[in-house]
Amino acid sequence: MPPPGPYEAPARRRHPFRDVRLHVVSGKGGTGKTTVAAALALALASGGHKVLLVEVEGRQGLAQLFDSPPLPYEERKIASGAGGGEVFALAIDPEAALLEYLELFYNMKRAGRALKRLGAVDFATTIAPGLRDVLLTGKAKEAVSREDKSRRLGLAYDCVVMDAPPTGRIARFLNVTAEVAGLAKVGPVRGQAESVMALLRSPRTAVHLVTLLEEMPTQETRDGTRELRSQVFPVGAIVINKMRPPLLPKSELARARSGSLDRGELAAGLKEVGIDAEPELLTALLEEAADHARRVELENAERRALADLRRPSYELPLLTDVDRVDLGGLYRLADLLRAQGMVG
Amino acid sequence: MIPDTPVPPPVREPPVLDVDAHLDDARIIVCCGSGGVGKTTTAAALALRAAERGRNVVVLTIDPARRLAQAMGLTELDNTPRRVMDVSGVRAPRHAGPVPSRAAGESAPGELWAMMLDMKRTFDDIVLTHASRERAEALLANPFYQSLSSSFAGTQEYMAMEKLGQLQATEKWDLIVVDTPPTRSALDFLDAPQRLGAFLDGRLLRLLLVPAKAGGRAYMKVLGAGFSIMTRALTRVIGLQLLTDVSQFVSALETMFGGFRQRAEETYRLLAAPGTAFFVVAAPEPDALREASYFVDRLGTEEMPLAGLVLNRVHRSRAAALSAPRSLSGAEVLAERGEFPLAAAVLRLHADRVQLSAREHLLRERFTMAHPGVPVAEVPALAEDVHDLDSLRFVGDQLGGGLSEPPAVGA
Repeated sequence: MPPPGPYEAPARRRHPFRDVRLHVVSGKGGTGKTTVAAALALALASGGHKVLLVEVEGRQGLAQLFDSPPLPYEERKIASGAGGGEVFALAIDPEAALLEYLELFYNMKRAGRALKRLGAVDFATTIAPGLRDVLLTGKAKEAVSREDKSRRLGLAYDCVVMDAPPTGRIARFLNVTAEVAGLAKVGPVRGQAESVMALLRSPRTAVHLVTLLEEMPTQETRDGTRELRSQVFPVGAIVINKMRPPLLPKSELARARSGSLDRGELAAGLKEVGIDAEPELLTALLEEAADHARRVELENAERRALADLRRPSYELPLLTDVDRVDLGGLYRLADLLRAQGMVG
Repeated sequence: MIPDTPVPPPVREPPVLDVDAHLDDARIIVCCGSGGVGKTTTAAALALRAAERGRNVVVLTIDPARRLAQAMGLTELDNTPRRVMDVSGVRAPRHAGPVPSRAAGESAPGELWAMMLDMKRTFDDIVLTHASRERAEALLANPFYQSLSSSFAGTQEYMAMEKLGQLQATEKWDLIVVDTPPTRSALDFLDAPQRLGAFLDGRLLRLLLVPAKAGGRAYMKVLGAGFSIMTRALTRVIGLQLLTDVSQFVSALETMFGGFRQRAEETYRLLAAPGTAFFVVAAPEPDALREASYFVDRLGTEEMPLAGLVLNRVHRSRAAALSAPRSLSGAEVLAERGEFPLAAAVLRLHADRVQLSAREHLLRERFTMAHPGVPVAEVPALAEDVHDLDSLRFVGDQLGGGLSEPPAVGA
């Protein structure tokens, strides 16, 4: 068997998200959706594009990822892509978004302050149903359609990438604007809600789901896909994150699983390189091999289940930094997404 | 970098989390942590172990994975505790002293009950219990209420708290184990009383009540000049129709809100009281441990009784004496010579495992340096997700510090 090389990306595919302007990245907790969203933004920025990366959960995950101080409610350049590309980041704060919205659309700066004093802003952003989510998606929509005459195509950003709520909540999060449209039968709120829904349900949006090849995340990915489809949101890619390459050749996996690897051959091999092949060591190593084989087998089963979703899928390796994924790691993931054709 | 040799003696070893002592003594156990760290599984495993140690336990899960729910015999989300059968093992309490609510020396297993939280139904039940029939019907039909009770992100936290209070009030169980919603703001339920209070005491509530009391059209007239900016803002932005719905909703809730807030405050006091134990759950990964740190700090600020950290999915090697570099160099030599491919592969695999284990150890050590007094219990990674009582029992054994063999994998 040749020694396993560096992580190998699956074969290149034509990039299917060429026309997408809003990339919504969701995933079960712990799957690394923030990391994938950031890598996707870097990948999209290469070739001189300008990309806005937004986070909506108020936990400053992007600042931590890019090792920057907490992001204010302001679009800030956070990284450069190849060929003069730029990634800007924004942590959307619902309260600031509401005040901005009032000022922008109603010229009501003073009213905003009055609302704040009354506790209405707090009510709108924390207690009132869905309004918070409406503000978050509304802001993303604003960034997608913002104009900038000085740029090619006249748009401020070529793409917007959203680090969205987890898979279990994503359909509800996206749909809440439709609910508000249902609540407000007339008026400006309804108009705004309808234009946001039009974007979210169009081919200009793609909802990507990040998963691991483990039971619960793939189950959630399947449930999430079904939910998104039933509410007519465009499901984009499945991104399988934190992959660890198989370390046993296929022929040995089944034997390792059933505990019938050649103990004598292992002992001889160890002896050859001067490792004392004590029986306890041999047993422990064979157990580790069996564990590994079980994991690979499960991963394969999960991968097959994900293939049934009939969405393009991309795989990213586990980065093993102790601190956090560093910028170098993010560029590496971005390259892998490009190499696999998620971004062209 | 990953250290080359088996990890040097750590600066500080954390105290061992005596899970069984909490299982035998606590009246409420709350599991909190970020999403995807095995919080629900931990809650279920703790509950099962407590029941098998003789207590009457109910576990309140928020959104269990299907197979975990099935393992506990929960086939539908009906908001009612169901008895979990096959609670068998008779385990004597490890430490001396009587188990609360049971005669000393009695060794019969307790009972395990499990339920899934249905937030809409919990909310509906509150309405039906605390409002007159007419009012309740009006409220249940209000579009604003329907949206709030089923889709509002924070409702889960409020309702989990409400349900906990209800379960406690029945006095049917001597231990309640609570799973918390998998949000980043999983401790939001601690804020519930305060938030409700701020809202109820605020001018906004009074303002919102006006249209319902005065009838839509009279809205403008009734409000004083002080509110003129407000009303213009509200009607312009959300429209009079929606404002009326909101107002009707708030007005219908007004009478109940007081009781709700009072109960939320009681539950808060209950959580802070001795007899409650918070288990912070994490996986040995940077993000999950950072969240765990946040939870530990937050619980400290609120003076909530923290039991310790449960670290799930820890990888260990049983051959840790064979170091990663030693294994890797051996594998390289064999590969160069083109001999013993099996041994080379097994050596690589072992190196990978040792490195992973060292990385996890380092992460845990870092947590302990920041929170030296916090006890830790570790649960090894299982090949498969928990989907039957045996594997739940295995997790429970690990939490209790036992060394049982993992359950057989596969069908």
